Amino acid sequence: MSQEHVYSINREPISRFINVWDLLLLIAVIFCLFFLSKAGSQMAIPYALGEPLPISLNPNELPFYALRTVLRMFIALGISLLFTLAVGTLAAKNKRCERIIIPLIDVLQSVPVLSFLAITVTGFIQLFPGSLLGPECAAIFVIFTAQVWNITLSFYQSLKTMPHELKEVAAVFQLSAWQRFWKMELPHSLSGLLWNMMMSMSASWFFVVLSESIAVAHQHIRLPGVGSYIGLAIHDGNLQAIGYAIMTMVIVIFIYDQILFRPLIAWSEKFKLDASPTDEPYESWFLDWLRKSKLAEQFGFLLGFLKDKLINFKWFSRSVATAELSETYKTHPLVDWFWQLLVWSVFCFAAYRLYLFIAPTIGMRGLMHVAVLGLATSCRVIVLIVVSSLIWIPVGVWVGGRPKWVQAVQPLIQLAAAFPANLFYPLFVIAIVQFKLNVEVWVTPLMILGTQWYILFNVIAGTAKIPRDLNLAVANFGVKGVLWWRKLALPAIFPFYITGAITAAGGAWNASIVAEWVSWGSTTLQATGLGAYIQASTYEGQFPQIALGTAMMCVYVLLFNQLLWRPLYRLAETRFKYDKG
Amino acid sequence: MSDTILEISHVHKAYNKSSDQALHVLKDIHFSLKKDEIVALLGKSGSGKSTLLRIMAGLVPPSKGRVKYRGNWIQNPVPGIAMVFQSFALLPWLTVLENVELGLEAAGIGREDRRKRALEAIDIIGLDGFESAYPRELSGGMCQRVGFARALVVNPDVLLMDEPFSALDVLTAENLKSDLLALWREKKTNTNAILLVTHSIEEAVSLADRIIIMGSDPGYVRADLQVGALPSRDLDHPECRKLVDEIYTLMTTTTEGKEKPAKRAWQIGLGYRLPQVEPSELSGLIETMKTFEDKIDLPELADEISMQVDDLFPILETLEVLGFAQIAKGDAQLTELGEAFYEGDLQERKRMFAEQLIATIPLARHIRQVIDDKPNHRVSEERFLARLEDSLSEKEAERVLRTMIDWGRYAELFAYDFNSGMLSLEDPGT
Repeated sequence: MSQEHVYSINREPISRFINVWDLLLLIAVIFCLFFLSKAGSQMAIPYALGEPLPISLNPNELPFYALRTVLRMFIALGISLLFTLAVGTLAAKNKRCERIIIPLIDVLQSVPVLSFLAITVTGFIQLFPGSLLGPECAAIFVIFTAQVWNITLSFYQSLKTMPHELKEVAAVFQLSAWQRFWKMELPHSLSGLLWNMMMSMSASWFFVVLSESIAVAHQHIRLPGVGSYIGLAIHDGNLQAIGYAIMTMVIVIFIYDQILFRPLIAWSEKFKLDASPTDEPYESWFLDWLRKSKLAEQFGFLLGFLKDKLINFKWFSRSVATAELSETYKTHPLVDWFWQLLVWSVFCFAAYRLYLFIAPTIGMRGLMHVAVLGLATSCRVIVLIVVSSLIWIPVGVWVGGRPKWVQAVQPLIQLAAAFPANLFYPLFVIAIVQFKLNVEVWVTPLMILGTQWYILFNVIAGTAKIPRDLNLAVANFGVKGVLWWRKLALPAIFPFYITGAITAAGGAWNASIVAEWVSWGSTTLQATGLGAYIQASTYEGQFPQIALGTAMMCVYVLLFNQLLWRPLYRLAETRFKYDKG
Repeated sequence: MSDTILEISHVHKAYNKSSDQALHVLKDIHFSLKKDEIVALLGKSGSGKSTLLRIMAGLVPPSKGRVKYRGNWIQNPVPGIAMVFQSFALLPWLTVLENVELGLEAAGIGREDRRKRALEAIDIIGLDGFESAYPRELSGGMCQRVGFARALVVNPDVLLMDEPFSALDVLTAENLKSDLLALWREKKTNTNAILLVTHSIEEAVSLADRIIIMGSDPGYVRADLQVGALPSRDLDHPECRKLVDEIYTLMTTTTEGKEKPAKRAWQIGLGYRLPQVEPSELSGLIETMKTFEDKIDLPELADEISMQVDDLFPILETLEVLGFAQIAKGDAQLTELGEAFYEGDLQERKRMFAEQLIATIPLARHIRQVIDDKPNHRVSEERFLARLEDSLSEKEAERVLRTMIDWGRYAELFAYDFNSGMLSLEDPGT
């Protein structure tokens, strides 16, 4: 960092002069501030429910829409981060909270984003009557629910895997809890946090239409943004506008990847506990540029000063850290018992209320019906995983074995993964209508359009990591064909493939909501499945149905995780790793 | 007494495994650390010396007894006591300078002052030029120098060191040791006492003024030797060699000291901590011992195979338990059985190894019996793990069973399937 220059004695006397980079940087900063304030001021304009907001398909409006959308996403990301720091810390430090928070996040992760929207939108609108702030908050909340869970889990994992000696260091040198957080806990978890934040941004692009063009209970609110623009374009059947939207998104995603995430990740490399020297360093021209800029250096100096003031803020240093290291952590059995009782009674009460809410309107038959719908969607997910594995494993292994190809292909796949696949849905709809294809079958690929890349990506990584010696040894014995696949390639990529497949399957479940119910212009295609059920109930504003559909989806996802993915993952961890232990 | 800095009085430590079971790690530890001395805490692994160090640092509370630092009970870490870690424990995201500043920051010292003191410490410890380097750019020796600088910069009254040299190669360790001794002798630091935990006899003899030898299971003070008056710290000096031999004897005998050569019976039960030794190491050492005359001086034997004396401990102990060798007064000797083992071919050796396992190791006997008794001759490892956890910590039980499985497979006493975790009499692959 720029701080290291401070200690050198003979600093250049001309260091105070502004260089070219500084000017560019200054302009960039002012530009950002100006536009952010403009976009921000638009958020709180008066608004009455039912009043249509003018959305124009004029491409000139797109930069502004993009700004609004990105602003929303970053606000949601900020909230996610705050949530993560609070809840993740709580889960890692307190055994009791951990036992509730972690399973809860597991469940919430499987709740489709749309359900969150349906449940909360009226509340938010009532919270800020007569202002656009209500729907805005609802949209931000939806984005937040699409982003937050994996970030929180990653932070929690990092805190849990904090090396014991480092905790001892903190205790021996008596760092306060505040200092410990800034010096140890945050840096240790930083690279995981950033990586997950980047993933979450992709996820929120996927739901951009859903979150901005809010269609709940026959209400239709279109907040200014790229999502609404696309929503309107789909509604009008305007293919050209879709093209503009795609272009805008590519540019926007490229820009924030280059000037935000890439530099941050390149910078966070130093926070990794063990950087293996074989991994290629993550590079960023923007970070290099910042490091060259003199102004940024001055700024870094100021930042270092502020950082010092923040971390060593006297007020927070009061509480002397006690070593929470003793393993003899015990609580009174009665307290434990009481806690268990409390948790269970809350749980039972919630289940009972849910039953009361659902039972009278839906009944046993309805329940069975929804269960069957869930089965239909499960079948789709399974078929998709199998089919995309059959396609992408050979491709991935072929590419992974050729380092030059890996280098060329990887950035493309990353972009593909970050790109919201649902933009291509209209093409499928047009094709299905044109060729009179079976809706039940042909909407299925839509579910995995966005997440199949994780399979390919991981298979490539797995193949590329096969030790060279192993390849040579196997070649030496003349192992080829089926034997080669069975004895080398498949076992070697197994752990990687499983990770990819879990991600892909999770994404497919979540995507079923938008994939099983697609529309283009006046045509709406609806397949039989849980996703379509939730979507339809949301549109009709039938809250018991929304609740039931959501609960059913949670149950299915959790069952899949418990019965299929977790055992496979464990097998991959224990048997198919190169390193012993 | 004004020159007593740290007083450890009747410290016990036990970890609760379940409500009615406790795992005893330390038993009635009692000694004190005085001004101007370097004390080495010497013991085999499992003697609880690291736990004791952590109790002294206030990181772990004792179950019974107290630690007094300059008249006050220690309950939490206190400012006057700093620590150096075996694994360095540097923060990888901070530069050398920032790492060294850590303790000062925690003490609330201002930015300028902090920087000045840290640079001074870096200068003293010989790290100039590396201020802005990150730990991953440094070699192990340099990393440990940062560890020392970080501890010394806070001007500790007492410096605790947890095997600070054991992660370094021999040359680097020697270099660092002599630099540290020079700092200490020239009084360049304000440190009044050093306590060093080590498992190396040589290290203790070359550094310490006083050596406290710990016995195992549970850890207790076996002996407290004043060695400040040694004429030289050169390990080849006859007096030093005598001392090493003496310490070795102390470390391999029980408290009573009534050592009866020839039949020093190892009293081992089911929960005996099998030393972590490979079967091939046993054969290897027997072959080496055969090349010597009758009685073998241990330092000499260690020299022959380029090991440290204390690295021989686990192998020799295993040979002794199995009845292949015996040790008396710092000298090792092959038994008749050991001689026979040497003569045998691979299959013969395996057979003898298997026989001795059944005869001398209760755990081997127990496992074999349980498998034999089962109609299908298949038993889950969990069962033995649970049994071992009655007397060992979870981690240690796991390690002991791993070692046992290793030996059992080598001796063909039983087979083991990694995927199912089953021990059986089957041949592998069927």
